[in-house]
Amino acid sequence: MSNISNFVGAQSARISVEAAIKKAKDNDNYHALLSLTEDRALERADMVDRGEITGKLAGVPFIVKDNFLAFGAPTTAASKMLEDFQAPLQATAVEKLEAEGAICIGKANLDAFAHGGSTENSAFGVTKNAIDQTRVAGGSSGGSAVVAALDIVPFALGTDTGGSIRQPASFNGVYGMKPTYGTVSRYGVVAMASSTDTIGCFATSAEDVALVLGIMAGSDDKDMTTLPDFFAENTQVKPGQKIGLIKEFMTDDVDSVVRERTTQYVAELTAAGHTVEEVSLPMLRYTLAMYYIIVPAEISSNLARYDGVRYGYRAEGVSTLAELYGKSRDEGFMTENKRRIMIGSYVLSSGFFDAYYQQAQKARTLLIEQFNELFQTYDALVGPVSPTPAFGIGENTSDPVKMYLADVMTVPASLAGLPALSAPAGTDEAGLPIGVQLIGRQRSDAQLLALAASVEVN
Amino acid sequence: MTTEELLQKYDMTIGIECHVQLATNTKLFSATDNDARDKAPNSVVSPIDYGLPGMLPVLNRAAVDLAIKAGKALGSEVARVSRFDRKHYFYPDLPKGYQTTQMYHPIILAGEIEAPLEDGSSVRVRIHHAHMEEDAGKLTHYGDYSLVDLNRAGTPLIEIVSEPDIHSAAEAKAFATELYRRMTFAGVTHGDLYHGNMRFDVNLSVAPKGASELGNRAEVKNLNSFKSVEKAAEYEFRRQAELLEKGERIVQETRGWDDAKQTTSSQRSKEDAQDYRYMPDADIPPIILTDEEINRIQSEMPRLPGEWRELLRGVGLDHLQIETLLDAENEYRERVSILTIVESFIADTAKAKFVAIWNVNTLVPLLRDESFSLGAIDVALLESQLYDLMQSSKLSSNSAKAVFEELIATDETVDVEGYAESKGYIQESDENAIAAIVDEVIADPASAKAVADIRAGNDKVIGFLVGQIMKKSQGKANPALAQKLIRERL
Repeated sequence: MSNISNFVGAQSARISVEAAIKKAKDNDNYHALLSLTEDRALERADMVDRGEITGKLAGVPFIVKDNFLAFGAPTTAASKMLEDFQAPLQATAVEKLEAEGAICIGKANLDAFAHGGSTENSAFGVTKNAIDQTRVAGGSSGGSAVVAALDIVPFALGTDTGGSIRQPASFNGVYGMKPTYGTVSRYGVVAMASSTDTIGCFATSAEDVALVLGIMAGSDDKDMTTLPDFFAENTQVKPGQKIGLIKEFMTDDVDSVVRERTTQYVAELTAAGHTVEEVSLPMLRYTLAMYYIIVPAEISSNLARYDGVRYGYRAEGVSTLAELYGKSRDEGFMTENKRRIMIGSYVLSSGFFDAYYQQAQKARTLLIEQFNELFQTYDALVGPVSPTPAFGIGENTSDPVKMYLADVMTVPASLAGLPALSAPAGTDEAGLPIGVQLIGRQRSDAQLLALAASVEVN
Repeated sequence: MTTEELLQKYDMTIGIECHVQLATNTKLFSATDNDARDKAPNSVVSPIDYGLPGMLPVLNRAAVDLAIKAGKALGSEVARVSRFDRKHYFYPDLPKGYQTTQMYHPIILAGEIEAPLEDGSSVRVRIHHAHMEEDAGKLTHYGDYSLVDLNRAGTPLIEIVSEPDIHSAAEAKAFATELYRRMTFAGVTHGDLYHGNMRFDVNLSVAPKGASELGNRAEVKNLNSFKSVEKAAEYEFRRQAELLEKGERIVQETRGWDDAKQTTSSQRSKEDAQDYRYMPDADIPPIILTDEEINRIQSEMPRLPGEWRELLRGVGLDHLQIETLLDAENEYRERVSILTIVESFIADTAKAKFVAIWNVNTLVPLLRDESFSLGAIDVALLESQLYDLMQSSKLSSNSAKAVFEELIATDETVDVEGYAESKGYIQESDENAIAAIVDEVIADPASAKAVADIRAGNDKVIGFLVGQIMKKSQGKANPALAQKLIRERL
């Protein structure tokens, strides 16, 4: 059921926005938000009420992950590096939503620079799971997932580079989608890995995700990697689809409860008239290795601009240029940021570039070919999102590799630039949400959402 | 040892890298004004140039078009697919922490150019490749602090890399000059050397004559004149050859050129070379070009220096005259395109040659004079009329020059013959009228001795009589005609 439609045209925008802000403040203990853009939001709400702003989302409050450049509060990327950074312009995605009358009320917590899968790597504190406060929100778009799950706003924006939307959506029981690479402009979003960064959103229904993505989608002359708008609204689900259940995602490495929920979801798909068959993607066993070479390489490059010279954090008491760089970056970045910069710099360094980076890119091409081959036969692929439900806060922080391993089922779609979403598929015995992942061929985003909408599991 | 003696013993091998600033209106990846000259620091800088978070490059298609033109000017193939890469290093003038360049798939492939030397010979230099890249900003150092100016950051460049085919300082200068000519004629760059529109790096090594291996090379960076390219090559050859003479090793290093001292000095050695961690830039899709696009852009290009040389040789000009015109074209193109004028007469070879040489001897020296100001007059039409008047003997070459100098600074095109007439420059070519004066002069007792000498066979004296005739006609008599009439009579 669309939640967004309850806001459009209903009551007054000011009342909606005030209510959302109040709810955000009441749920402060989750630490899902880094800032509220209260003044600007109320100003815009009044403009909607006076009829000065109209559109498909007139008066609908929303929240952005704090790596979107947006007015009204600093854009921190949850880092000390950008703690006071006031954006002089807004991300294209935010601009497009505002052009339709949506109202940004605040900025959500994340792992600093979106590096992480739990929102524990934020420089400003951990975000708690919407269902169980002793557990993580997931990440890196943890704050956005939680505000959607708590129904503070009907939708929230996130970014997904290797699972950063899908995994927290799964952990908090909401819909979350990363669209086809290039669907939504990356302009004005703090870059993590240029070749896999995507902009997407969280909502409590697939319809709402489709509505928001439909607005954000389209080519942008500020981002050369954007695709022409292919996102067809009101797409009807194609009947009798052939769907592949990814065999490699259903091994003992995945919690049995997660496999059970996936099997249950598959039964729903079958009941809805679709055919589900087991399929194999042999390259999957190399995807984590590829991902943790290519993505850190791009991170090390994209984070080179944070040098303390022009903006952002600058260390005090330095006497040489090398010290200025070293201390500013040491103090401004989190451990996980530095870890990835180190890995990335290593794999790009002379002598290792061919052995690591080039090899990983070749393997990536093979992975894409295997996906393409499957999509010759299958309309969509299905499998779990994460091997486990939300884990306890602090449980995995001492072991970064364990944290990386949890990304095994989300990174393949990222490396191949495919649309992928997480749909709620029930809970475990303790009531923790479990999501199921649907992956489609490039530009099948609307169809994938229609499929998810047709199979809502309670 | 003198340089001459060292040159007897050692060979030098030179490769040149040249950065050319492209004449686009905006920067390589942003819509910011590309002309940073004389602008207040950091006044032409956009969020993209500044490297703000979330900013993405948008490739300037005009820069690609200029690179396609540069490809033709270098005699190179243009790559159908080329890509951008990132070259990482930290420096305050490099906002993103990397320079966007083309490491692996450059847009301009191998080529070759022929550069004329002053003695009329030429040197062939192969081009290894040329790639597009963005410029960095500028640091200015003051005592204990430095200031960053990012106006130039993001300016589009192409870097041309030659093969080591150059073997003398004169050849190095010739190659640099020829690159400049080709890039300016192709419209690739404004060619403002003073503002660093073209900067040369000279890689030079020295080895004993006949040695099978090249020596260690030193790179002299950031030379911004042809003269400094030549002088730096001369200095480096001497420095390295002298070290070899002393049995010392040449250190592979980067050196700077001191224009005041005319010397190079060590900047950093190969040992502290940085690891640039090159990687493909995923923010910029590959540049994919079709044959049609390349042909369309290249076919719209004006004539290049090589084509001009051929054309001017065909008209009958010598090496020196040709190079003078090519130089003048670069120097004064915006005031008057002399080559276009010459070209407009190409159907009439004699006239084209006359106009070309006239410009070399008359117009170019005027243009070089800083106090001279060229009028809006149609120079081609003026020269055409002067040529016709000289052909029909109505103007002497001296008078033609005088008329030219009087009219060239004016704005309106006039009837040149009418003007020359009114100023009394038209010479008398009516045989009867001149014959009368000739008779008068011969009959003059003052001419008696000259007449006698001529009759005695002393032909040189005829000039004296012609002079008398010119005087009597107030300079209007056609001297050739006068001479002919004297001979007939004596």
